[in-house]
Amino acid sequence: MTATPGTTPTLVLVGHGMVGQRFLEALAERGLTATHRVVVLCEEPRPAYDRVALTSYFSGRTPEELSMTDMEFIEGHGIELRLGDPAVRVDRAAREVTARSGEVFGYDVLVLATGSYPFVPPVPNKDATGCFVYRTIEDLLAIEEYARTRAGTGAVVGGGLLGLEAAGALKGLGVEAHIVEFAPRLMPVQVDAGGGAALLRTIEEMGLTVHTGVGTQEVVVGPDGAVTGMKLSDGSELATDMVVFSAGVRPRDQLARDCGLLVGERGGIAVDEQCRTVSDPRVFAIGECALAADGRVYGLVAPGYEQAQTAAATVAADEAAFTGADLSTKLKLLGVDVASFGDAHGSTEDCLDVVYADSRSGLYKKLVIGRDGRLLGGILVGDAEAYGTLRALTGSVPPVSPESLVLPAGADAGARLGPSALPDEAVVCSCHNVSKGTIRGAVAEHGCTTVPEVKKCTKAGTGCGSCVKVLGQLVAAELEAGGVEVDKGLCGCFGQTREELYEIVLALRVTTYQDLLDRYGREGARGGDGCEVCKPAVGSIIASLAPTIGASGYVLDGEQAALQDSNDHFLANLQRNGSYSVVPRIPGGEVTPEGLITLGEIARDFGLYTKITGGQRIDMFGARVEQLPLIWTRLVDAGFESGHAYGKALRTVKSCVGSTWCRYGVQDSVRMAIDLELRYRGLRSPHKLKSAVSGCARECAEARSKDFGVIATSQGWNLYVGGNGGATPRHADLLAQDLTDAELVRLIDRFLMFYIRTADRLERTSAWLERLPGGLDHVREVVVEDSLGICAELESLMADHVAHYADEWATTIDNPEKLARFVSFVNAPDTPDPVVGFVPERDQVKPDLPLLSIGLRSAEDLLEGSAPR
Amino acid sequence: MTLAPETTDPRLELRLADGWLAVCDLALLVPGRGVAVLLPDGRQAALFRDRGGKVYAIDNRDPFGGAAVLSRGLTGTHQGRPFVASPLLKQRFDLETGRCLDDETVRVATYGVRTAA
Ligand code: SRM
Ligand SMILES: Cc1cc2nc3c(=O)[nH]c(=O)nc-3n(C[C@H](O)[C@H](O)[C@H](O)COP(=O)(O)OP(=O)(O)OC[C@H]3O[C@@H](n4cnc5c(N)ncnc54)[C@H](O)[C@@H]3O)c2cc1C
Ligand code: SF4
Ligand code: FES
Repeated sequence: MTATPGTTPTLVLVGHGMVGQRFLEALAERGLTATHRVVVLCEEPRPAYDRVALTSYFSGRTPEELSMTDMEFIEGHGIELRLGDPAVRVDRAAREVTARSGEVFGYDVLVLATGSYPFVPPVPNKDATGCFVYRTIEDLLAIEEYARTRAGTGAVVGGGLLGLEAAGALKGLGVEAHIVEFAPRLMPVQVDAGGGAALLRTIEEMGLTVHTGVGTQEVVVGPDGAVTGMKLSDGSELATDMVVFSAGVRPRDQLARDCGLLVGERGGIAVDEQCRTVSDPRVFAIGECALAADGRVYGLVAPGYEQAQTAAATVAADEAAFTGADLSTKLKLLGVDVASFGDAHGSTEDCLDVVYADSRSGLYKKLVIGRDGRLLGGILVGDAEAYGTLRALTGSVPPVSPESLVLPAGADAGARLGPSALPDEAVVCSCHNVSKGTIRGAVAEHGCTTVPEVKKCTKAGTGCGSCVKVLGQLVAAELEAGGVEVDKGLCGCFGQTREELYEIVLALRVTTYQDLLDRYGREGARGGDGCEVCKPAVGSIIASLAPTIGASGYVLDGEQAALQDSNDHFLANLQRNGSYSVVPRIPGGEVTPEGLITLGEIARDFGLYTKITGGQRIDMFGARVEQLPLIWTRLVDAGFESGHAYGKALRTVKSCVGSTWCRYGVQDSVRMAIDLELRYRGLRSPHKLKSAVSGCARECAEARSKDFGVIATSQGWNLYVGGNGGATPRHADLLAQDLTDAELVRLIDRFLMFYIRTADRLERTSAWLERLPGGLDHVREVVVEDSLGICAELESLMADHVAHYADEWATTIDNPEKLARFVSFVNAPDTPDPVVGFVPERDQVKPDLPLLSIGLRSAEDLLEGSAPR
Repeated sequence: MTLAPETTDPRLELRLADGWLAVCDLALLVPGRGVAVLLPDGRQAALFRDRGGKVYAIDNRDPFGGAAVLSRGLTGTHQGRPFVASPLLKQRFDLETGRCLDDETVRVATYGVRTAA
């Protein structure tokens, strides 16, 4: 497939969707971007984005975050990407494509990747104002705008995969959502009657109204031409302000039809096993617009990716074929796991079913087994934990009895089958067609030791993400098998991780560090003095469990004092010249004029540099160590307490002004921020904890950059977790929606205690969430669904903390023995440290930095001046 | 400058060029934490006590940052030797030799210590 020698052949790609982008990557991998001029005609105003994750736009993913296109890749490979310029005509005789802009491109190879269009049933008024489809980012923007401004009720036509997603999105927008499905059950393609029933119950419990077995006959419009309702086939009328059609998709094959390429009876550009159109060897079709050689049009992304690889290989004159693909899917619909794989409906002759159903908890699991014992397929609703393993086992005889694969954990289930039982050929990641063998190879031969490395090396887990859990288990197993000593120990003193130490301290009620070190430390470390890594880490564990294990909750008590990092030991932040900063707690950022005046007076009287912090409070710098108790005394008298700016503990809960003052506010965000800050103040954790509460979706408090952020909705609160500012910013993920006050607090209690229990030392919630196998889904299972049955314990640990909180500053100024430590010199308690000096700047002070270098001597000088021991 | 008052508890003394300087009661030192001592020539020493009761003294100035804060660092044992980690940028110093464990070109002064009744 090359042009006349001497000229660069041109490849034109029509459609820059998910499959189109994948095709470009495959071209680049094969070096074809270097040998070809590559022109891409892209109809949408933006380059390829993750359509599969489209709905995550409504939980806060921005269009930029959805993008799958790295512009450096496009430019680096010299790809001519023409946004907003679709192909309008193909002239196969002249080998030319005309774009809407009028420009004409000659081609040697033409690849059509035009995807699908949403099918809208031909009912009267289907194009009225208020009618939408659900396919592109532009569709979502339009739905959002309409829902916000004009709609209280919305109806989704179609109860399949996309329809449920659309209905969930409407609900998230505060619209009362109805689903109208013609078939007698939801998701008729993926699940059977039993699964549909389990799904229906769960979805109705979420407050969505489902109408099955009825069709849409007409969209009813008002005098202004906008939607007011929908007439249904049972004669009833449903009042609604908007309609979203989600009744399936059809291949976009018009361009191909117009230029005489063969299309299937029910649409789709007919191609052979090499993805070449059957009519013209210079034209290929891939993705949802193609009718594959096996007679199917695939509506999933994984088969499209495989076609993209096949087409690129064929262009490179390599051998490849696409002969069909698996239709397995795993979805999280409105928080419910739904998965189907293999022969889900049991269409193979003589096959048998194994079914487990528990309608109370919305569980339905079915396996289809062949006469010879082979696993043929299955359906999982409500708990798709086993999906990765089961999908990969499909086609083989499972090594344990099929019943044990669907019974819930804890039931007399025998062995729960792990991924280690899979054969090497088993496909673990179906999005990228990566087998278990390839993953093992990445560890064994390419030296990958972490899941992110393996993802990068094999691409596994970078599609829909449903295989990441299994991936994590495989990587760990392979590392272990390879005898790779991954010393996960906390430090040179302890071979255990922080999480393991936490469990030891909690279970065995170990209340001192020395006891822990002498009993559980590494061989050579027992009896020693520990180190600067494990002392504060263990100190923090003991502090966060203090009331429960019967240790003192006061961080300066007894041995605890010796464990604290320097800042915690002085209950203030050390500055570069040896002075300290003082940050009183200002819950929610709310402070009275009186309070401000007191702070001003204290800062003035002690000559402190004053600054508003990024955490909505006030920092006073330049206090000498002996001034700290005097400053605290005045602060405590005025009702202030420690803000723990020094601790790996709760810092601030920022707030926006909320519904009391702001014209957009839908909840009282200030009150909630204050409540949360007071509840969690003093809570010691693996790293600092920050939070914020915004009074509406405008998000002025920046809650999504926080470890736990709360955003008001008209129904309650949305809780986001795992956000981070700092060096590696991360937006927090939605954990749960529309919570009442009590539900919100309970969920945060559980979330924080689960984090404190399982995170590594100095691991913010963001890094923790990314590291945990299963990520957010796992956290949701544990803290929302209580999959481990530990929620009651987590709540009681938090209740203990809340009940025993005491202000550290107040405790310290009441304790003369502790106060004696706040001196510069043990032998001259009244003398200030002469190295701490200040010079004026902008009407305040700053450290006298040159003073710090006076009198410092080089190592050689020192050796001589050093007094003999 | 007020010097520590006389008591009957075991007293700590620091060795200086011209003899022993009485500093404070041993009981004032919390195992695992330090205190700072002002020397007659204006320099400062940091005094530490380990869990076995042994006492060490090194210069109090952090040679990297210049602030007099080594007494406020966390102590520990590294390969059987006692050390303190600076609270500024966490460099560790051997309490017996004054050598910096993280930068062999750097060393702080050390002082002899004894207890007197
Ligand atoms: C005072 C303040 C800057 C200011 O003048 O505004 C500040 C000052 C310090 N920050 Fe910060 N951060 C301050 C707000 C922030 C914010 C903004 C916020 O909280 O909304 C962030 C980004 C948000 C976040 O944490 O996700 C922030 C991200 C950091 C980080 C990076 C954390 C990360 O996960 O990447 C560090 C380093 C660390 O903790 O390891 C840090 C560390 C520090 C330290 C503790 C550095 C140090 O060890 O000396 C500074 C202590 C100053 C002191 O002695 O008081 N500071 N720091 C702010 C105090 C807020 C408060 O009222 O408590
Ligand atoms: C909300 C939603 C959720 C989904 N969830 C899943 C899921 O969980 N799992 C799964 O496997 N699949 C899912 N899918 C399906 C998946 O998105 C598609 O299978 C995949 O996007 C197909 O890729 P494609 O490139 O063939 O088509 P598309 O991604 O649709 O790309 C085709 C592109 O071609 C453009 N185009 C069309 N005609 C022209 C022209 N004449 N000139 C230029 N450009 C043109 C279109 O504008 C479009 O940008 C979901 C789809 C939606 C909408
Ligand atoms: S940004 Fe850096 S310099 Fe500024 S306060 Fe934060 S840690 Fe200190
Ligand atoms: S199965 Fe979708 S990313 Fe692996």
